[in-house]
Amino acid sequence: MAAYILRRILILIPTLLGVSIIIFFMLHLTPGDPAELLLGERASDEALKNLREHLGLNKPLYVQYGLFLKRLVTLDLGETIWTRQKVWVEIRQRFPATIELSVTALMISCTLGMIFGIISATKQYSAFDYLSMLGALAGVSMPIFWLGLVFMLIFSVNLGWLPISGRLSVGVDLEVVTNFYILDAVITKNGPALRDALWHLIMPAFTLSTIPTAIVARMTRSSMLEVLRQDYIKTAKAKGLSQFKVIFKHALRNALIPVVTTIGLQFGVLLGGAILTETIFAWPGVGKWMYDAVMQRDYMVIQNGTLFIAGLFVIINLGVDVLYALINPRISIK
Amino acid sequence: MAQKHPEDRHPMLDQLSQLWRNRTAVAGLVVIIVFILCGIFAPALSPHDPIDVALYDQLKPPAWSEGGSTKNILGTDDLGRDILSRIIYGARVSLLVALVSVGLAFCFGTIIGSISGYYKGRLDDIVMRGIDIILSFPYILLAIVVVAYLGPSLQNAMLAIAITYVPRFARIVRASVLEESEKDYVMAARAIGARDLRIIFVAILPNCMGPLIVQTTLSFASAILDAAALSFLGLGAQPPTPEWGADIARSRALILRASWVMTFPGLAILGAVLGFNLLGDGLRDALDPRLRD
Repeated sequence: MAAYILRRILILIPTLLGVSIIIFFMLHLTPGDPAELLLGERASDEALKNLREHLGLNKPLYVQYGLFLKRLVTLDLGETIWTRQKVWVEIRQRFPATIELSVTALMISCTLGMIFGIISATKQYSAFDYLSMLGALAGVSMPIFWLGLVFMLIFSVNLGWLPISGRLSVGVDLEVVTNFYILDAVITKNGPALRDALWHLIMPAFTLSTIPTAIVARMTRSSMLEVLRQDYIKTAKAKGLSQFKVIFKHALRNALIPVVTTIGLQFGVLLGGAILTETIFAWPGVGKWMYDAVMQRDYMVIQNGTLFIAGLFVIINLGVDVLYALINPRISIK
Repeated sequence: MAQKHPEDRHPMLDQLSQLWRNRTAVAGLVVIIVFILCGIFAPALSPHDPIDVALYDQLKPPAWSEGGSTKNILGTDDLGRDILSRIIYGARVSLLVALVSVGLAFCFGTIIGSISGYYKGRLDDIVMRGIDIILSFPYILLAIVVVAYLGPSLQNAMLAIAITYVPRFARIVRASVLEESEKDYVMAARAIGARDLRIIFVAILPNCMGPLIVQTTLSFASAILDAAALSFLGLGAQPPTPEWGADIARSRALILRASWVMTFPGLAILGAVLGFNLLGDGLRDALDPRLRD
């Protein structure tokens, strides 16, 4: 087991290196250099020259890549081009917002997805099964940026139940400790702020959870059906165990193994979907930050933000693989 | 004439008849055909020019609501353009984007995957590592970055989607080729002196078509979705191109005044994507028995 984990961690290094190469060279091999991208076509030659020098763009590419790597190893992600903020500082401020949103969305997806999946599997070919699987298919096919706007229209504009965007209402005081607003409100025992933060979280989280919920529901159903066909379930039923016990004590455990992997893989969907969701709801997370950077052509943020997200994603996937090997004794590790 | 045995039927006929019995798959196919027809015959079907600005007809609601008229059945946007016409023309744009990007990914993925699976060894290791690297970018982020660097346009969006879709095709083809290349008929082909390329493309690949067709159909669904998302973010189709995602982005500012402007393009995306997903699921049941549940 330890050897397996070690090998997986060793594979991580070339993967991350490859990611950094792609991100670096994609920017530098595209037509027009970053200085031109930044200053526009009508910039003076002198301004271009100065900016190139400032950004180190006048050095050969491999030297630039070397410097880029050197900074990465020392965890120096540089400064943003427009606001001259440290990229790390920005990430530290924004990343908790994204995690708060993604984790809430993931919790919604697991709960709803598994409930619908289990009921559908136990009542296969029933009306509930057909409807929920059709719903799941619609969920997988949903343009979430549109769904978010529809939610906004219904729950904010028409019904006025939920705040239309942002993380906190103007005028609500919250002492920021960790940047996880829910956590901060709990730590500082700030009831009104907690209520307000939760209120703001509902719509974006449900929007973001749409696709993962659908995927988890479909996966749970098919995995559950697979297990329910097996002999040991028949035995359990023949012994006279209650339906509830058969499903929750005997079937669910084995059925959940592939579901756990699926859930782990949803982090990528969530981090990607966060760009769309955060943009719609003006949620000040990493996704919105990336979007703004793309709009303002802040290539430092694009480059290093992408690297950060991709690196995180690789590490999460590694964690999922290891977890999978741990919970599934049938997997043989050579 | 010799009597026909059931075994003489081509297996594809069985698969087709099974697909035909799957009502949801047929429904998906019907939806797709409707969208394809809309795309092909857009000039004949749409009541107005999709980019013609009509300032006297700004923000007309749909025909069935108060103030609407049959002139613009689904209403008009803030520039007075007919929404129905823009949706019909949008089918053309979305399907074309999906066709090009999935087509590119299919070709490159198949070539990479079959070579990797056929020659195995070192080459395979390196190629698969590269695939893993592309897969270590979260969904859509890579596409966003590619377009951000290349500049926002529909062509670049297609290219970006194609790049992000190569791995899924490469993996499927590789797995199939690995499995098939152990079989006797490949050895037979080799024994009679067929060249590697011939073995791969003439002997092996036709036997891997099942999972590939399924993946292609499902990729059409996600390509439409991703292209719309990129256009929504301003990275795909540029105005005044009638594109569903871009139209939704424009409608954001109108959410308080004219909700119909954003409603219909979204429904169009949902419908088209759902159609391909329904068909893809049905095809999977028919062509890939291993995945049947």
